[in-house]
This record gives sequence, C-alpha cells and structure tokens, in this order.
Amino acid sequence: MASVPAELKYTKEHEWAKREGDRIRIGITAYAQEQLGDVVFVELPKVGAKVTAHQAFGVVESVKAVSDLFAPVSGEVVETNAELPQKPETVNKDPYGKGWMIVVKPSNAGEWDQLLSAEQYEKFVAEAAH
Amino acid sequence: MNSPLKRTPLHDAHVKAGARMVPFGGWDMPVQYTGIVEEHRAVRAAVGLFDVSHMGEFEVDGPRALEAVQSLTTNDASGLDIGQVQYSALCYPDGGIVDDLTVYRLAADRYMLTVNAGNIDKDWDWVTSHAPGGRWRNVSAETALIAVQGPKAERLVGRLTDRDVTAIDYYRFAPGAVAGVRTLISRTGYTGEDGFELYVAAGDAARLWAALLERGREDGVAPIGLGARDTLRLEMRYALYGNDIDATTNPIEAGLGWIVKLGKGPFIGRDVLEKVRAAGPARRLVGLEMAERAVARHGYPVVKDGAPIGVVTSGSYGPSVDRYIAMAYVATPHAGVGTDVGVEIRGQVKPARVVKTPFHPSRTKK
Repeated sequence: MASVPAELKYTKEHEWAKREGDRIRIGITAYAQEQLGDVVFVELPKVGAKVTAHQAFGVVESVKAVSDLFAPVSGEVVETNAELPQKPETVNKDPYGKGWMIVVKPSNAGEWDQLLSAEQYEKFVAEAAH
Repeated sequence: MNSPLKRTPLHDAHVKAGARMVPFGGWDMPVQYTGIVEEHRAVRAAVGLFDVSHMGEFEVDGPRALEAVQSLTTNDASGLDIGQVQYSALCYPDGGIVDDLTVYRLAADRYMLTVNAGNIDKDWDWVTSHAPGGRWRNVSAETALIAVQGPKAERLVGRLTDRDVTAIDYYRFAPGAVAGVRTLISRTGYTGEDGFELYVAAGDAARLWAALLERGREDGVAPIGLGARDTLRLEMRYALYGNDIDATTNPIEAGLGWIVKLGKGPFIGRDVLEKVRAAGPARRLVGLEMAERAVARHGYPVVKDGAPIGVVTSGSYGPSVDRYIAMAYVATPHAGVGTDVGVEIRGQVKPARVVKTPFHPSRTKK
C-alpha cells in the first residue's frame, strides 16, 4: 500500500491537500503516481489563475497515459512548482514533497471540510483496488 | 469483445513477479514490472526478457508452400535459405495491410509465419482462404515465444546452450537446446538491440523463463513489459500494427517499400502497390521530434501554417534519446527531413520537426 500521510487531506481523484496558514498546497498521491507510472510531462496553471473544486487545473502524462489534475478546492493560484515541468519524474520520486504542484488561496472555506481524511482515502483506495 | 482475456504460459510468473497486467489484443499481458523507463534502460544497457507468447505462428508445408507464401506476402521469399528469416507483410487487394509478419524457412518445403497477437484469427482466415495451396497449421496455442534483447543477450543465451550462438547472424535462426529446452533460436527482435527470439513449446516456456532470469542475474537481466517494448520499438521507428499501420495504410507510405518486391511475380495487393510506387505516395510515415516537452499521441493532428497535413500514429518520451518523439503520416510535400511542423495537443499547437530515423542508433548484429 502506497503511503498516505495522516496530516493531509485527499480527493477521490487522488490529489492531496495540505493546509499552510491561509493557503493550501496541492499535489497527487503516492498511489496516483504509482498507477500512472513514469511521469514524463506536467502542465500547471499560471500564478493568478482561478481553479475550481473538482475541475481540471492541469495535466500530468506518463509514458502510457494522460490524466487531468483536479483541484481539491476552489481559489486563486498563488504559487506553482516551476521546477516540475522541467523535472516531471519528481512526481514519482517525491509525490508529497518536491513533487507538489500548486499553492492555492482558497475562496470557499467550506470545501476543505468536504475533503477525505487519510483514513477515508486509504479505505477508498483499498475498495477501488477490488 | 467480451470473451475472457487469454493467458500465455508465463502468466503466473508475471503475476508472481508483481507485474501490472493489462488487456492487449485480447490477452492479459504485463505492461510493466518495475517501471517503463527503468525497464527500457535495462534493455539498452544489459539484457531484458519479453514474454511475446501471445504472438501467433502458422506453419505451411508441402510442394506448394513457397507458392502460397509468395502469393500472400509482399516480400520475395524465393531466395530464403533454410534457417533464414524475412520481414514481410500481408496485404489486401487495395494495398492496405492485413498484418506485418516474419517468414521463417524451416525446411525446403516448410515455412513459419509469425503474426501479431491481435490479428491471429483474422490472419488465419485470410491465409487459409487466399492461399493457392500448402498444408496450413495454426500452431499459435502450442508455441511460446521469449525475446531476449540487449547487449548482453548473446552472452546470456550462449551460456545456456551448447550451440555457438555467435555464429547465428541477424535474421537467421538455428535449432538448439537452451537450458535443456528444445528451442528455435532466432536472431531477431523488436528493440534495435542485439538479441534473440526463442520459440519453444508452450509447456517448456516457464522453465526457460526461470532459467534465463536465474542465470542472467550476473548480466543484470530484467523482465520487460509491453510498455518498454513500445518505447524501445518507437525509438527505432519500427511500425506497430494497429498504431502505425493497418488496413487503411499501405506499406509504401509506411516506409516499408523495401519489403514490397514488385518484380517477384503476382501477389495480393501487387497491382495497387505498383501504382503507388509509380506515382509516389501522397503521404509518408515520418519521425517527429517535439521542440519542447510535449507528448504527441496516436490520433493527434499534425499541422502546418494552421492547416492539417497529417496525423500522429505513435508518440512518447523516448528514454534513450531523452526527447519527445513521434511517428506520423505527413503529406509528402511536408515530409522532408528538417521540415518544421506542429502537433495539436489539447487544442494547442506544439512545434515539432521532421527528423531522420531511427531516433536511436540500431545495435542489431550486422
């Protein structure tokens, strides 16, 4: 089972979200990168772009597949991982660390509470595997 | 297409090794074991094992066997020695491709055709309904096929057999015992590396696979899934049936004119292919290199000055060339090496250039 850090929140689309003061850092989970395989391309929005919960904010491609990245929460992009498009393999190596994707200033505080806990996400992944 | 997926004799070995299994051409096949890029590099640097038992094998024998092969295939099999292999194609009367295949001359009056897994039933119907003669046998189910590919393949296979495999030239084969298993040892492959394809009885496949893994440890051997098989062949610009060639493409536009021998006598598709060759194909299968990080995939449009000029047939990141590469049919006026084109990816045009192929230098035995 891929690691699921207890302090993060998750979506059913396999993104993680981490609260940092009034901002939220976003990436994809270890399970997601395992399922994708070798990531060879990452496309992220620009700083200032608006993202909407459950809607695509970017694209990640592995050798075999193209996947949309879905925003866990709505808000404005205040930071992006500029190194990631140059080093897409970082998503595989360190999905919860250097493989982060964007930081969002959320516009709807209620959305955070809709996200899955680590325990809920783990259960969701285990069920999806069957 | 709801019939259950077929399994090769090595299916259990793949599952036990932790491979990720996916449906491919009606078969449950390993797409990767540890990761596509790592597996790709293992083949280029050392040696990899591929289970390609899903591929089909037909045998034809009898006094009219050669005549049958000649009338069905585009290449000229009349000059093949016993022990020689030839790359060829089956075509429809309109020049479209039924399948690409290899032809083995097993004996004076006996040939084997190795065909793509997803095409076995279609090809079997085609050859048996169009061959002028010969006794045909579909031996696909009883035949397993293991490809051993990479710079250390000769060392590994050589260590497991008393036959001098260094004496088997490219596109030649010989019988021999490998790890005690009766094998047809063929110096062929689909990776651009030196190596062999080992044809064995289905019941012997697991024993040979295990021996190759065990005895190949010192060579850095690794099992390789279909994912890396695809990136390896793409770097060599080898066509994949269903992606780059199919019933709607002809061998000449696909860059396979070298396997179309118009002078050998009549064969299915000959008349149309003669016209295509005389007039020149309207489009050509070319290699593209993306100018920036961008994955061109099957079906994406190729454009020039805003107008469509072609379509991508295969594309990926190429781990050995460290570039984003693709194969595409491009209208002949734009197919020259060095031509700047664009590939439309999710509505955005990404710059690309027609380049010389193979993308990665071939290291097959000469």
